[in-house]
Amino acid sequence: MTSTTTAPFMPPPSWLSRFLRGLRGERTGMLGFVLVTLIVLAAIFAPWLSPYDPTAIMTGPPLAPPSSAHWLGTDNLGRDLFSRVLAGGRVAMLVAAAALSAALTLGVALGLLAGLGPRWLDNLLLLIFDAIRSFPVIVFGLAVVTLVGPSLFTVVLVVAITSVPIYARIIRTQAQSLRSAEFVLAERAMGASLPRLLGIHVLPNVLGPLLILASMDVPLVIATEAGLSFLGMGVRPPTPSWGVILNDGYNFIRNSPWPVVAGSVPIVLVTLGFTFLGEALRDIFDPRLQKAN
Amino acid sequence: MSASISHASSSATPGTPLMQIDALSVDFDTASGPIHALRHISLSVMPGRILGLVGESGCGKSSLAYSLIGLLDTNARICGGAIRFGEQDLAGLSESHWQALRGRRIAMIFQDPMTSLNPVRTIGQQLIDIQYRDRTSRVQKRSRALEFLEQVRIPDPASRLDSYPHELSGGMRQRVCIAMALLTRPELLIADEPTTALDATLEVQVIHLLRELQQKHGCSVVFVSHHLGTVAELCDDVAVMYAGEVVETGSVETVFRTPAHPYTQALLACDPASIREATRVLPTIPGELPDLRQVPQGCIFQARCPQVFDRCRQRSPDIYPVQGEQVARCFRVASEEPSP
Amino acid sequence: MSLLDVEHLRIDYRRYGVLRALFKREASRFSAVADVSFSLDAGRTLGIVGESGSGKSSVARSLIGLQAARGSIRYDGREIVRAGRREWKRLRRDIAMMWQDPIGSLSPRLSVASLITEPLRIQGRPGGRDEADRLLKMVGLPRALGARYAHQLSGGQARRVGVARALALDPKLLICDEPTAGLDMSVQGEILNLLNDIQQRTQVAIVIITHNLNLVRHITDEVAVMYLGRFVEQGATQAIFEHPRHPYTEALLSANPSPDPDARHGRIELSGEMPSPVRRPSGCEFHGRCPYARDDCAVIVPDWTHEPERAHACRYPLSS
Repeated sequence: MTSTTTAPFMPPPSWLSRFLRGLRGERTGMLGFVLVTLIVLAAIFAPWLSPYDPTAIMTGPPLAPPSSAHWLGTDNLGRDLFSRVLAGGRVAMLVAAAALSAALTLGVALGLLAGLGPRWLDNLLLLIFDAIRSFPVIVFGLAVVTLVGPSLFTVVLVVAITSVPIYARIIRTQAQSLRSAEFVLAERAMGASLPRLLGIHVLPNVLGPLLILASMDVPLVIATEAGLSFLGMGVRPPTPSWGVILNDGYNFIRNSPWPVVAGSVPIVLVTLGFTFLGEALRDIFDPRLQKAN
Repeated sequence: MSASISHASSSATPGTPLMQIDALSVDFDTASGPIHALRHISLSVMPGRILGLVGESGCGKSSLAYSLIGLLDTNARICGGAIRFGEQDLAGLSESHWQALRGRRIAMIFQDPMTSLNPVRTIGQQLIDIQYRDRTSRVQKRSRALEFLEQVRIPDPASRLDSYPHELSGGMRQRVCIAMALLTRPELLIADEPTTALDATLEVQVIHLLRELQQKHGCSVVFVSHHLGTVAELCDDVAVMYAGEVVETGSVETVFRTPAHPYTQALLACDPASIREATRVLPTIPGELPDLRQVPQGCIFQARCPQVFDRCRQRSPDIYPVQGEQVARCFRVASEEPSP
Repeated sequence: MSLLDVEHLRIDYRRYGVLRALFKREASRFSAVADVSFSLDAGRTLGIVGESGSGKSSVARSLIGLQAARGSIRYDGREIVRAGRREWKRLRRDIAMMWQDPIGSLSPRLSVASLITEPLRIQGRPGGRDEADRLLKMVGLPRALGARYAHQLSGGQARRVGVARALALDPKLLICDEPTAGLDMSVQGEILNLLNDIQQRTQVAIVIITHNLNLVRHITDEVAVMYLGRFVEQGATQAIFEHPRHPYTEALLSANPSPDPDARHGRIELSGEMPSPVRRPSGCEFHGRCPYARDDCAVIVPDWTHEPERAHACRYPLSS
């Protein structure tokens, strides 16, 4: 009665090998991956890569164009733009990491509560989510700034709170559909406790799409931070952020375009990089596309 | 044979097949190489008769059905043979020619009626849409739709015209699909497992309905199923498929009463309905389907055949006659001596 | 005393909230299972046969503690219909379930080895590679399969994994929901023969929920035919198949044709479809579709008629 299998033995799915295999087929994804890696590395090693102290003024003539001494030129106070961009990259990555982790943690928790909990809790949470989402982010930011004062923390807070409803809704829908999935029923029929169900059977199946979405939100977070800082509601000087660089450069755009370029090009690159990568990830890990083999 | 003279049987004289499938071969392209899903399929669909395509998962019966209406997946390739329908060879037909055939001369009903009906249009609208080629007025189309709903025995058909698919039960939706398929008076109706998703008592209703309508309209039917009992009841002829080949064909009486191919014999033996004595240990066909990416040399059934001998492993058997119209692809039928 | 004794089991579902029900002037609840009674001994197999909408899946779930019910379920003499979570934790060592969807009932991110030893770990027992190998061997699967994942298995293999998982704790009662759904006929026997083999060895009691009457005839000792939440006929399988008394049983039997071209006569065609449990017919609930219905069938609810080894609920039963 032994069932002999003639199909070749296939190794269990490993995220990394699947990812690398899939990436080879997607050229934009490859580009995105490269960009993101460069940006993250640059952010991590910023202090060692910066030729100058990003807050040091008059390291060269103000508003100078790019030269061998200053790769991106200098801003109106003579600060090296390249060093400031690197430091700004650090700020951007920090904000993105902090805000998204907070948003993801809270979003997953609330999403699970809404999707798996009692009906009244679901309705209440949805009400709160919709209330938050009805505010434009910048307006919300203004409100928070007046309460808490402008700072890096404010930016992280604003971004996190406005992202929670989106993630929570996604988790909620996934959790709801899993609630009646046959394997969840089977686990319950075997006496699996709630933590076990969530940790082993529910979360691993819902987190995947969410992480991909979060990676595509990185440019949004950074743009929001830049926007808030541009309006003066974010990081205080002299801390450089791309938004601050943009703001400073905007005032002197007639004299030299380079500060504006230095502030905006990184944002564009980050957006392209993370979006390409996120889309490639989504395509690679889409379970429906896997079955076509 | 149908007694009524209708448009369906006018294009073929009895005796000549309505559709002749000659050595049809279809490959599916996949990342790990082509799958030889159908190999040298030869079948005749006679006018006014119901042909059953029977087999288990992986035999290719659905792929064959889809190739007869040009609805194979994009990664499918017809790599040999022909499908002769009247003057045309349907293998390799262009999409615009297919458009002229589908819903007019060839129609199809599917396994899941919920996904074959548009959920946002009413039944009546869909029945009228199907008649888009006719130059009749809307009122006439509506009354025709009503007439067909009555034919498929939908209760209270007039009000059902304004219902949406989700307001009907599964059995009723399938009847609506049958009505839609027959509305255009096709010459050939292809049914891909239309009763598999229905309960047994509903299946009886649908089968009787199909029989009745087929006799009334005189069209031919290709009925794909894995229920041997249903095929025995509904069909006139049957083709048994295994792993992409037709292993036996003939009339339902002869094939089911005196199966010639070892696979047919084993399959019938496994059907619990055919086992007269109650038994706690049920027969099975041990082994697995061969990998169709590397079709083995010799007979396709050799690995699981209880009557296999050496020649089966070396050469592929041809199709040999058994009796009357019954033929089987097996050396045991060809030679008289079973010695290896 | 039987291993499992079910009496007047009733399962209601909520259709509307209380306010909305008042507004619509309809009942807020309806019975998916109206009244079901049966008993089962160790080492025996009961088949519950019904079509979709009959409520058979609800019965299965109530036996595994996933569905609240009213009435009485006695396991090994203990009343468990209102058992709490702790008691069910103990009960789940003895009662196991096999699910209808062979691949969908397996958690997608666990390897086969983890899946089949999951019940052991939930109960706090060791569930490592050795146990996994033992279980794989018991169901005739190769050891290498332990490293695969659910979506990499064929239907037949996934079914066996389901059997292995159900048997991990050596249960005394096994509930199988459509054990052969989706399986080809040539491999159906493999799973059923495996279950039979295990029953011979361990004397486990088996409840098989199915719509396939042809199978039930071969692999069950007793059968219960279910319609719209009630049993209409139940008893020894052979007796019921040879001489059905209830018209619905007769219709179900004739609706499962054998491939014998000579036996095509006498297929009973029922009119209409199974009514919704929300609007139950009066009197005998089958009267609207019964080919032999008489006037009083619409008015009077039939009582149970008991014979040796069987019973049916029909006022004008079929004679032998």
